[in-house]
Amino acid sequence: MLPESLFFSAILFTIGVVGVLTRRNAIIIFMCVELMLNAVNLSFVALSQLHGMTGQVFVVFVMSVAAAEAAVGLAIIIAIFRHHESVDLKNINLLKG
Amino acid sequence: MILQAPGAATSGAHPLSGTLADWIGLLPLIPLLGFVINGIISLFGAYRSGPADPTLAAEVAHGAGPGTEAVHTEHAPSAAHAGAHPRAGLVSVIGPAVLGATFAFALALFFTMTGAGELQAPFVKEYFRWIPMGDLELNWAFQLDQLSMLMTLIITGVGFLIHVFSVGYMREDPGYPRYFAYLNLFVAFMLVLVLGASYPVMFIGWEGVGLCSYLLIGFWFSEKANADAGKKAFIVNRIGDFGFLVAIFLMYVNLGALDYLGVAAAAGELAFGGVLVTAICLFLFLGCTGKSAQIPLYTWLPDAMAGPTPVSALIHAATMVTAGVYLVARSGFLFALAPAASLTVAIIGALTAFFAATIGLKQWDIKKVLAYSTVSQLGYMFIGVGVGAYVSGIFHLTTHAFFKALLFLGSGSVIYAMHRAYHHTHSHEDAQDMRNMGGLRKYMPVTFILMWIATLAIAGIPPLSGFFSKDEILAHVFARAGESTLAQATWLGIPGHSVLYAIYALGLGAALLTAIYMTRMMLYTFHGPNRTGEAERPHLAEAPWVMTGPLIVLGVLSALGGWLNLPHILPLGPTEVLEHWLEPVTGAATAAITAGAPALPPANVEWLLIGAAVLIALLGIGIAFARLKPERLVPAREAPPEHGIERVLAHKYYVDEAYDAAIVRPTVAVSRRVLWRGVDTGIIDGLFVNGSAWFARGIGWIGSQLQSGQTGTYAWGIVIGVLAVLGAFTFR
Repeated sequence: MLPESLFFSAILFTIGVVGVLTRRNAIIIFMCVELMLNAVNLSFVALSQLHGMTGQVFVVFVMSVAAAEAAVGLAIIIAIFRHHESVDLKNINLLKG
Repeated sequence: MILQAPGAATSGAHPLSGTLADWIGLLPLIPLLGFVINGIISLFGAYRSGPADPTLAAEVAHGAGPGTEAVHTEHAPSAAHAGAHPRAGLVSVIGPAVLGATFAFALALFFTMTGAGELQAPFVKEYFRWIPMGDLELNWAFQLDQLSMLMTLIITGVGFLIHVFSVGYMREDPGYPRYFAYLNLFVAFMLVLVLGASYPVMFIGWEGVGLCSYLLIGFWFSEKANADAGKKAFIVNRIGDFGFLVAIFLMYVNLGALDYLGVAAAAGELAFGGVLVTAICLFLFLGCTGKSAQIPLYTWLPDAMAGPTPVSALIHAATMVTAGVYLVARSGFLFALAPAASLTVAIIGALTAFFAATIGLKQWDIKKVLAYSTVSQLGYMFIGVGVGAYVSGIFHLTTHAFFKALLFLGSGSVIYAMHRAYHHTHSHEDAQDMRNMGGLRKYMPVTFILMWIATLAIAGIPPLSGFFSKDEILAHVFARAGESTLAQATWLGIPGHSVLYAIYALGLGAALLTAIYMTRMMLYTFHGPNRTGEAERPHLAEAPWVMTGPLIVLGVLSALGGWLNLPHILPLGPTEVLEHWLEPVTGAATAAITAGAPALPPANVEWLLIGAAVLIALLGIGIAFARLKPERLVPAREAPPEHGIERVLAHKYYVDEAYDAAIVRPTVAVSRRVLWRGVDTGIIDGLFVNGSAWFARGIGWIGSQLQSGQTGTYAWGIVIGVLAVLGAFTFR
């Protein structure tokens, strides 16, 4: 059961990474980040079979942080959209030095 | 500082210690005090009148007349177009008074010295440790001996007279306090120069007088030619000072001492005629050629006439330019060991004496004539000290200080009168050109008589002072040519006695030319019809008493100065006083050069030499009277251009032009093309300054490209980094 879970987690994480790297829509990137977080959650849960309940506790933490992050992140994206009328990351390079 | 308790090693047993001589440090301090006071007055005056002084502009506008060389134009005694300084009265008291006080103190020191009996060793007063350097302990010390005493008396005495004269000459100048501040500072440094007990102390004074000379030549700096003349004097002197410094370094390295007593003691170890002592002497003499205006560095002195005339009298005739002669006489113990160097000194002196005299023949500016005359007479002094006749050189220095100061102050008085006359009619003619003078005898009788006394003195007519000093030098040259270490030595392969006879001939030739050009100057200035102009003539008048007074004193000194050192064959009084006075300082060196032979030729030969010299002088005056007709002269603006040799002489053999082409222009070109465009603009600005900026900018550009602001790029970076770290752990 464990190898399958970890394999599935790895695939999920890779999909998330590829999504973050290849897409330009901020909302999709945001969703891909969530995908990566959930891939990690899956690994935690799967590995808690071997290492005790600590991993499952972490999953709860991750989910609550992810919820907070979703609230802040979506607020930022809305603010950006109001400013640029776009959520295409290509147009958003305010961090440029 | 100077008046601190004496240092550890004063010569306790010296008869002068505990007397007035302990206060010798006051000598330069008194004029320094005058400098400080006058300087403060000058500074406050400058602030009060503000920077936009309208009188300055008026002066500049008046200065450059048509058809006059700018350097000639001296607009000193300008009564109306420049307001006198508000504190001029105070300055007129302080300026000369500090010199009077210094002179009085010098006289008191002199009588202390004569009262102490025969002094063999010099009195050295140490004040503080100056340069403790390795095993060299150099103290700031002053040395009182017969030579420095004599120089001090000349500087303060003649200096005092010239300060008094300046009160009349410069009083109306707006820079009057500044003028006296510089003049006082000059005397202070000149006293440091002659009183210093070591070469470095002398060098401080040497540089100080150079500074004051620069400041005073460029005194009317609002005119560029004057400022340029000051700069030229300063830069040409740097070449000489380089030689002096190298000589000091050589002495430090090889002799381990720099004070006169130490060097004299160490010089005993040196090989006679060796390379080292010859090099030291030649480098010292290079310093002399700069300061004392000898070939090849003489060109600054005629240009130095751009300064006020009393400055020319004090600095560029009587005192500073004789510092080189003093230096050679002071270093006699070294020059006696280096016959080749001594011969060089005498040869350069003889060549300069003759060469400058020929230029003096065709100058029209009255001060230029006197300037070349000064160069020529300095050459005479170097003949004297070069052949080991140190006393004769110093004797001629003394008499020259009298008659040349008189000539310069007399010419100042003439220029003052001319300038006032031209000023009345607002004419822009050159007040210094002799072609504009003529017939001044009627208008300035006192100056006329005194100038003739000085002229006859410099020409060598007995019994005036110049006759004795000049003949003594020539007699010594003649005697050395017979038998001395110099006659046995060779100079560039030429036997010494031939060289000495040639020097004697050049000296006689220079004496002839001196008589001619000086008589010419007198004829054109004071005789014949007046060429000043109809409108100006009624305004020509004798200078005030404050100016003629010093002239009269100098006239008496010029006439009677010869009694300082009468030759023993002419017992008109106590003979050879100066010889006896300076014996402790220079006697040993002279004895070393004469090497047992008599210092002077036998009496009958000496009479013959005197006869020849007097004949030559009379001949020169006669030629001038016979050939020069002041009646035929026309004013400067109508004068036809000169031709042939006259043109060459009037242009001073084109030496300035040659120096310009051979040295100045290449230096400027190299400075501009290589040093400025190449090194400065190219390497320093381009490679170092701008290059480092470009380098930093390039690095910055690379860094800025990493920060694109595209979060996607950053994410790629993170992913690649993580993969790299993971890969490194996995495939380790």
